[in-house]
Amino acid sequence: MSEIYISRSTNIAARMLAGEMMVMNSKDSTFFTLNEVATAIWQAADGRTPLRDIVNDQVCAQFEIDSEQAQADAKEFVNDLAQHGILLVSDRPLSGPHAGEVP
Amino acid sequence: MTLLGEMSQKAFDLGVPIAVHLDITYRCNERCVHCYLDHEDHGEMSTEEIKGVLDQLAEAGVFFLTISGGEVFVRRDFFELLEYARRLLFNVKIKTNAVMIHEEQAQRLGTLGVDTIQVSLYSHRPEVHDAITKLPGSFERTVRAVRFLRGQGLKVTIANVLMTWNRHDSDQLQQMAHELGAHYTLDPTITPMMDGDTSVLLLRIAGEELPSVFQNPALVPNMEEFCAPPKPVTENDLEGYSCSAAHSFCYISPYADVFPCVQFPLPSGNLRRQKFVEIWNHSAELNEVRSIKAKDLTVCSSCSHVSSCTRCPGLAYLEGSMRGPSTADCEKSYYRTGIPTANMLRGAGPSRAASLVQIRPLAALA
Repeated sequence: MSEIYISRSTNIAARMLAGEMMVMNSKDSTFFTLNEVATAIWQAADGRTPLRDIVNDQVCAQFEIDSEQAQADAKEFVNDLAQHGILLVSDRPLSGPHAGEVP
Repeated sequence: MTLLGEMSQKAFDLGVPIAVHLDITYRCNERCVHCYLDHEDHGEMSTEEIKGVLDQLAEAGVFFLTISGGEVFVRRDFFELLEYARRLLFNVKIKTNAVMIHEEQAQRLGTLGVDTIQVSLYSHRPEVHDAITKLPGSFERTVRAVRFLRGQGLKVTIANVLMTWNRHDSDQLQQMAHELGAHYTLDPTITPMMDGDTSVLLLRIAGEELPSVFQNPALVPNMEEFCAPPKPVTENDLEGYSCSAAHSFCYISPYADVFPCVQFPLPSGNLRRQKFVEIWNHSAELNEVRSIKAKDLTVCSSCSHVSSCTRCPGLAYLEGSMRGPSTADCEKSYYRTGIPTANMLRGAGPSRAASLVQIRPLAALA
């Protein structure tokens, strides 16, 4: 099975507010809030780490979530964000510029 | 309520500064007749100082950052500051007259993920715009820049200030903005100058002309609701606040002074001497502003417009009391609805004659 690599788009703005991550795409002003699990995936989206590893390390290990379900949910989540230009998704590592982590 | 509205309300309730307006310079290449600023440089922050402020703002939770001036492009480090702000993942809006934006600058802005560029344009007639800016050729340069920006797919808002000189031009300028692919905003507010000079207020259009703005469906989509008489005042209305100033928003000047808002010249701290969170959490001035509820307002608490008025506490402060009425907003409420305000009923005169508090940097007060 091929790996999935994810990278944060350079067009986004993001900030934590009361435990929720606010994310906004400057291109079309779409606005999201991410819960704690989604935020962990988004923060780890460095373009180099496979999504499978991100989910295992950042989600299953920290939130005690079933691995199979978590992997499926994560794929749906990243595809949704990719459609809104928040994440870049590829089957190869992404070397281009990506947004930094939220301070 | 939209998700963005919900998060903004959450920030307000929690006292998180979700939005900040940062002026990086007061210097400008235009000399607009209605401008309230002193364009001399009295010691604006250095590149490193501004970067340090941006670090602090990100740490404090600021999400929406408006970078303005003066004219931001007169700072040679503008792009360095903008890149730094975007690395910190602020949602950035830039206010500019755009005359220094050529194709190269537009391309650079396009790659930096800026949310919106707000461009000042005052008329569809070059001679009127240039007369207001006092910069010959500025109309042509600004309009050309808007085309460059739109060519990069950037969102552009053309911001017009309605005054006596251009009061007949709004409709045609709005049409021009539409043709350029830009949004259009119109503001009839003229603010006293920083040195307390009120002569600029003579540029305000007469109150009798305001209905032509408020009852223009092209400017006010929900006109019927907007111009409806105020609803009966409730207990909840009297427990409410005027605006987000000092609750979830503040203004920072090029000299590192912190104020509740751009047009609320109450010095509340200085970032050269204090950390931002220290000022935000502990400034006596900001705490006073955020303590004022509608029920505490000296005249407005008994006004039928109290729940729907756009009363600006900064303009009220400029008239003498942050708890008092802002007569410019009284006029707006009256001409919007046809119902006199409590301030008008007690015989208050027009705001042009109001006494003013002079804006000074904190250092001058020490």
